[in-house]
Amino acid sequence: MTDRAGARRFVREAENLADGEWHRLHPATPLLRGGFAFVAIVGFVIANLRERILDFFVGGRPAYAGGGDPLDLIVERGLIPLALLAVLVILLIVIAIFWLSWRVHSFRITDELVEVRSGILFRTNRRGRLDRIQGINVGRPLFARLFGAARLDINVAGHDANVQLAYLSGRNADALRHVILKLASGTRDAESRARDAGATAPEHDGSLGGIVSQRAREFLAPEYSAVHRDAELAPTSVVAMHTGRLLGATVLHDRTVIFVLLVITGIVLASLAHAFFVLFGVVPLLFGVGSQIVRRFSRSLRYTIAATPDGVRVGYGLLSTSNETLPPGRIHSIEIQQPLLWRPAGWWEVRINLAAHSDRQEGGRRTSTILPVGSRAEVFAVLELVFPEIVDAGVRAHLEAGLSRATPGDGFTTSPRRAVVLRWFSWRRNGFTLEPAAVLLRRGAIWRSLVLVPTARMQSVSLHQGPLLRMLRLADVHVHTVTGPIRATLGALDAADATRFFREVAASGVVAAAADRSHRWAAHPATPTSRTLSGGAA
Amino acid sequence: MTTITRIAAPSACICSVDAVTDPQTPPVTPPVAPPAAASSASRLLDPFAVDPALGEWRRVSSRYLWVDLLGGLFGTVVFTAISSIPFWLSGVVWLLVIPAVVLVTGLIIAAFVPRRVRAIGYQLRADDFLVRRGIMFQRFAAVPYGRMQLVDINRGPLDRALGLAELKLVTAASASNVAVPGLPMADAEALRDRLVELAESRRAGL
Repeated sequence: MTDRAGARRFVREAENLADGEWHRLHPATPLLRGGFAFVAIVGFVIANLRERILDFFVGGRPAYAGGGDPLDLIVERGLIPLALLAVLVILLIVIAIFWLSWRVHSFRITDELVEVRSGILFRTNRRGRLDRIQGINVGRPLFARLFGAARLDINVAGHDANVQLAYLSGRNADALRHVILKLASGTRDAESRARDAGATAPEHDGSLGGIVSQRAREFLAPEYSAVHRDAELAPTSVVAMHTGRLLGATVLHDRTVIFVLLVITGIVLASLAHAFFVLFGVVPLLFGVGSQIVRRFSRSLRYTIAATPDGVRVGYGLLSTSNETLPPGRIHSIEIQQPLLWRPAGWWEVRINLAAHSDRQEGGRRTSTILPVGSRAEVFAVLELVFPEIVDAGVRAHLEAGLSRATPGDGFTTSPRRAVVLRWFSWRRNGFTLEPAAVLLRRGAIWRSLVLVPTARMQSVSLHQGPLLRMLRLADVHVHTVTGPIRATLGALDAADATRFFREVAASGVVAAAADRSHRWAAHPATPTSRTLSGGAA
Repeated sequence: MTTITRIAAPSACICSVDAVTDPQTPPVTPPVAPPAAASSASRLLDPFAVDPALGEWRRVSSRYLWVDLLGGLFGTVVFTAISSIPFWLSGVVWLLVIPAVVLVTGLIIAAFVPRRVRAIGYQLRADDFLVRRGIMFQRFAAVPYGRMQLVDINRGPLDRALGLAELKLVTAASASNVAVPGLPMADAEALRDRLVELAESRRAGL
């Protein structure tokens, strides 16, 4: 079997999976879901019986250290057949439950929705509408990765509203993602069939053979790109993450600096005042925050971001990997910010707000950080990737101004001088510009940040003024987007500027929302995505 | 102060079901403030002071005053009672200062209730729903019809006794938090139906 034929087979298989009928998941699913528990139990048993097993194989006489050991009792009373039978029965029951849970766990994908049903005693049934898909994540926890399996998280708008297909074979997962996104994009069926017929599978290194080497290759590859039939679009990351820079950025990040200062304070206090109980507070902190910092670092080591026909794909993870595809128009706001000590190096961090939230902590964790660290040029590369229709030359100039020191005439409407009472250092920088398709909010002089909200994604806008602000003839504006780490608010603006902001943003939000078609992003041939898609296939 | 009188203007009525004007038809243009006055008027925040497309703010029912007043007074009584616990336990007379302060604060807040109720206004514009609240702490919010995910009608016991209801708009953003209290029940239902209809006709993605 050549790889070319293989790739085509997987796509065909995935298309069969998406035919609207009920299908079952990877047979190892129950094992993988209960993976760690299973390994733990086996490990526990082996650790306890290690000497016995050694004795059994080596043939030495077992040392009966004393009574009370249930195994000794079994051996002494000649109950071995009975014990073996009991073990066998338990194993059979476990296998039967596994098999049953696999039997009843099934999913189907139609043109409109994706549905999963599962459970033996407590049945659950979950449905997601394809046009509400906010992103699809292919997560591969370490244990599943060893088996070549992957989990498909289909994030639908809402709190913890993801439909999870766990587990599928890795290649199927990636092909299925492609197929689901194609269905969700609203690409007309005939059109896509014609394109599929013309498309060819990419060339691969065919010299590797056998299951072991295939597993090894899958393990090392960032993803199963074989299923992307357009070789041109085999996605290349626009940002390369250098280990040294990532290390420097992690060390100089505010959160690390605060963490280290806290630990030092704790140790100094403990040794000066001989108050060693302080260490009891420091040690859990060390483990908690420290492990989080290390995890962020290791997750970001193999960070990639690339354009695919179905949207932007962000990859994370070293051992457990996750690969999230965000279709166009799913990013509700974006914040570019700079921790204080990153400024000499000119590094920035980029975060996003998404409409879907899943609170799981494992490998398939949501990516609210879309760029862990990057230079200004890389920030712009990411921005052009996620908002190709917004970032044009004019907006680019404003974005540049938004990341630099405030200068008069840089296009931002800033706070008046009297706002110095409320914005001691940042009143010069604190300001906004209104682009045709987005709102830019610039904040902070010491901790610089720039928030971009596409007006097509804005939910509502509000204007606030309390007594203090009224005395100063100032006002606050809030642009409401879906819940996330970013709050798109701007305080202490001149009241007249704030009212203008309110009026114009309210009006442009309506216009942008009416023109927005991103819920079926490829349904119109004019959209950039579908152009890329057909361009790549040609 | 001008803003308040504007809202209190007699033409701003609680409209009946039939009188819920179609947002498509241009609203009656109010006297437009000359642009020169805009900057001086911006001290008193009214984003639509110079907007020629301004419709008249609709006020909520004056009966809502009782809901707000009774609710506030009930809270005041409860907090006064709680804050007097130190006095009852210790018997120290000057500890009575705490409940006294609470009581006076509550009464002052209550005294402003009529003005606060009159300051609540809403209007259905061509493409979005506009709400304003507050005198001391003013808040204006605009929600495009296409962004509404659902419309709630809530009625507390006092609301029910007076035949009132609170209308709440829910968008995908939890920060939107737009509510219009003190609508007569029939109006609230008519407004809800109208809003749902408008939201359907302008349905947008998230």
